[in-house]
Amino acid sequence: MFKAKVYVTTKANVLDPQGAAVQQALHTMGYGAVEEVRIGKYMELTLNTNDRAEAEAELEKMCKQLLANTVVEDYRYELED
Amino acid sequence: MKVAVLVFPGSNCDWDCVHAAEETLEGATVERVWHTTSDLTGYDLIIVPGGFSYGDYLRSGAIARFAPVMSAVAKAAEDGVFVLGICNGFQILTEAGLLPGALRRNAGLKFRCHYSNLRVTNNSTAFTSGYEANEVIDIPIAHGEGNYYCDDETLAQLKRNNQIVFTYESNPNGSIEDIAGIMNTSGNVLGMMPHPERAVSDLLGSKDGVRMFASIMKAWRERHATNVN
Repeated sequence: MFKAKVYVTTKANVLDPQGAAVQQALHTMGYGAVEEVRIGKYMELTLNTNDRAEAEAELEKMCKQLLANTVVEDYRYELED
Repeated sequence: MKVAVLVFPGSNCDWDCVHAAEETLEGATVERVWHTTSDLTGYDLIIVPGGFSYGDYLRSGAIARFAPVMSAVAKAAEDGVFVLGICNGFQILTEAGLLPGALRRNAGLKFRCHYSNLRVTNNSTAFTSGYEANEVIDIPIAHGEGNYYCDDETLAQLKRNNQIVFTYESNPNGSIEDIAGIMNTSGNVLGMMPHPERAVSDLLGSKDGVRMFASIMKAWRERHATNVN
């Protein structure tokens, strides 16, 4: 069994309106040092396999096909035993 | 003419589309088709309606795109069947890769729900032949994620192939180049955020959407007549 942690974020060159709104709120609260806020998604998947290579290959496909929209989002993941 | 209006869990403009199609497409048979259907043989026009399919979970359109019916839509699109994606339908078509780009959260974060003036930037399409070139029409919008995005290369392609069909006169959502609707290179798949089905009678405030349906009917008749000969 593996636990996969998948992080999906808006691509750096794509506007993130939610992040911009949160950044503005933080500035209003006095946190002037906040240069940028990017909001993304965090997902946990439990994979029923003992083959790490297979798990990674499958995850890669899952990210490309469904978990992220690669037109506007980037993804990365970590696999834990 | 046989029309399919797709229904996903969370679709909410399907009945409006049925009503508009029945009102505007003379002699057409209009059917609501559940998302589990895997065969769309025999339909001449497939409407992917607006709403919040699968609660917009993950991303709008992301899950609907893998419903069994979408494989049938892809096949029909390849066969030249007319496919019209409205609002969430547009989002689903981009997620499915039937149209390029993606729809992001509105730049102002607000759900925009009001009438909007659109410019018909390409009236040489099966969907817009009833409009004048560059005519400004009044079609309502209702979306929170209609902010169209594509990379520079895709944008150049869209322009080169005249795939940009509608633009906003006053950009409500941050879409690049004010894009409100685009079509595929073959010209049989159109996606748009505004709702033509909500603009089919004076009672609704505008009937500028009628000519879109009439255009599709005309294109279908022309195609049919050609086939007969």
